[in-house]
Amino acid sequence: MSNRVINILVPIISIIIGLIVGAIVMVVSGYDPVQGYIALWTGIFGDSYSIGNTIRQITPYLLAGLAVAFAFRTGLFNIGVEGQLILGWLAAAWVGYAFELPKIIHLPLALLAAAAAGAFWAFIAGFLKAKFKVHEVIATIMLNYTALYIANAVIKKLSDGSFKTERIHETASLRSPFLRELTDNSSLHYGIIVAIIMVVVMWFILEKTTRGYELKAVGLNQHAAEYSGMSVNKNIILAMTISGMFAGLGGAMEALGTFQNASIKAGFTGIGFDGIAVALLGANTPLGVVFGASLFGSLKYGALNMPNAAGIPEEIVSIIIALIIFFVASGYIIRVGLQKLKKKKEGQ
Amino acid sequence: MKKRKFGLVLSSVLAASAILGACGAKDDKDKENDNASTGDKNTEEAFSIAMVTDVGGVDDKSFNQSAWEGVQAYGKEHGLSKGNGGFDYLQSKTDADYDTNLNLLLRRDFNLVFGIGFMMADAIEAIASENPDNHFALIDAEVEADNVVNVLFKEQEGAFLAGVAAAKMSKSGKIGFVGGVDIPVINRFHAGFVEGAKAVNPDIEIQVKYTGAFDKADLGKITANSMYSSGVDIIFHAAGATGNGVFSEAKERKAKEPNANVWVIGVDADQYEEGKIDDKTNVTLTSMLKGVNAAVVDISNKAKNGDFPGGTTLTYGLAEDGVKLADSRGAIPEDVQAVIDEYKEKIASGEIVVPEKVEK
Repeated sequence: MSNRVINILVPIISIIIGLIVGAIVMVVSGYDPVQGYIALWTGIFGDSYSIGNTIRQITPYLLAGLAVAFAFRTGLFNIGVEGQLILGWLAAAWVGYAFELPKIIHLPLALLAAAAAGAFWAFIAGFLKAKFKVHEVIATIMLNYTALYIANAVIKKLSDGSFKTERIHETASLRSPFLRELTDNSSLHYGIIVAIIMVVVMWFILEKTTRGYELKAVGLNQHAAEYSGMSVNKNIILAMTISGMFAGLGGAMEALGTFQNASIKAGFTGIGFDGIAVALLGANTPLGVVFGASLFGSLKYGALNMPNAAGIPEEIVSIIIALIIFFVASGYIIRVGLQKLKKKKEGQ
Repeated sequence: MKKRKFGLVLSSVLAASAILGACGAKDDKDKENDNASTGDKNTEEAFSIAMVTDVGGVDDKSFNQSAWEGVQAYGKEHGLSKGNGGFDYLQSKTDADYDTNLNLLLRRDFNLVFGIGFMMADAIEAIASENPDNHFALIDAEVEADNVVNVLFKEQEGAFLAGVAAAKMSKSGKIGFVGGVDIPVINRFHAGFVEGAKAVNPDIEIQVKYTGAFDKADLGKITANSMYSSGVDIIFHAAGATGNGVFSEAKERKAKEPNANVWVIGVDADQYEEGKIDDKTNVTLTSMLKGVNAAVVDISNKAKNGDFPGGTTLTYGLAEDGVKLADSRGAIPEDVQAVIDEYKEKIASGEIVVPEKVEK
């Protein structure tokens, strides 16, 4: 088997296995799997409205996935994407409604604010790691909670005791009447373009710049990098900051696109944590993240149609979706296993 | 190697089916309902209704569940069944789902769609303006649109009576309030409870805690634990599914020490079942009923008869029987009940006006 065949076969086979096991679950619990999957399919691709909303759902996953993947590539485990995203959300919403500027300045400013907020929050963890050897996993997990409750307190303050900020001005919005009309009033917005640009940005930083090379080198082997004259501490801080920037932009997608405001959250949005899975599914490469986010976003969104069109209870739908993702993730493991096996054979 | 992989797959499948087998029985029932709906096609004039829950879900044992009971009651009254052309619900897992769920129901041509909960306001507003020919009802919040009827409750009036009951029944002189998210609706519960308790016992100590969530039973349990430990003997919760944790903490304490004076006052629906330890022991003192179910039936019937009160806000208070205390099943003695009834009269007649916000 050549590498290319493996590359194409493994994901296809693993998705099929996931679907089959999901079907078994439906049969066992007394539902029609054919109807279930038709509902899932039409929930994702059924009409322009579904497609619009599916893309909208993919957008924040893309950025959260990039954030986690970027940190991974530099040897850091950024569990704090969730918190960085929440602060980015808040910053974008605040800039969105508090200023009155022409669109050409306002929208970029709101995006920048979100990126800066996320970057700052990740910078704290990076700084602690570089200077005091505080493990970034612990720091970022704790920073998630502080971010959540700080954001809630600030929103309460900003809105005079209400639970959400004012709606952002039209000039800061990523939504457009054109896209809404095109997709039958879905909440699709231009954020997907921002996300795609960021995919390219990540690829460019990692593959085309000296700094990117250094970042990867630190990720691969800290001691070797240090020996060859790179500043490990500086690179750790930089890597976390860039990772946080992606996460903050993910929050901006929700603030400027989907929700048009920031509201008090009882708990985490889950996007940041799903970002970890997205990054791992995509093997931490920019293109892989696009694949992972698309899979995650489509399944999450399409699943909403399963109780609606096929009458399958939500709990069972959650199990089926989790199973499909599980098998896709195992597919990656199988691939690694196959490749190792192949290498061994070649070595003999 | 291959064999082992196959074994792994097989065992995970088996595990999954074992777990799921347990839910099979209940789901089959749902399915029968579905089949019934396709079996006898409803007449053309059937006025179909559907609702979208907030993140609490349809089995939150309070707010959403009460609305769903109302929807089902309406369906039963008019011989409708679950599914297209009858009645149905969709659950929202995150705030982002409201918009989609409302749209999905519209596409199935329900005549009237309910949005349950203040969090739904933005989504209802947007969709109502995009679909001016459809009718919507919004519970617990207000939006301005001709095709939306808003439903509000005077929670403070019912909570006032809960406060009276708690203050009268407390032996330690300490009572507690566990709130969900710190928002106007819950503030009304809070304000009424404090006002009612102070009315009968100005010296009472009231501990207040907002857990910040409607769907975190563990938080409710922790909060109840610290309150009961500090001497509080009656807790009123207005926290949706978070409040289920308050019940489990109270039940644990009561089971350990059968003579302890430990009570919970339920919210939204009659939570008597929730407080049940065995046939004789129950920790539910009473529940502050919020007539979401009655309101749902009322509005659905109005809309069916062609006088949909679009563009208006309906407010249900004590006088309208929109809020009240549930039957205590003997937990509240008659002399206390008499005091409660006295206050009830005063509020219903307008002699006492209960504030919506807590004085700070």
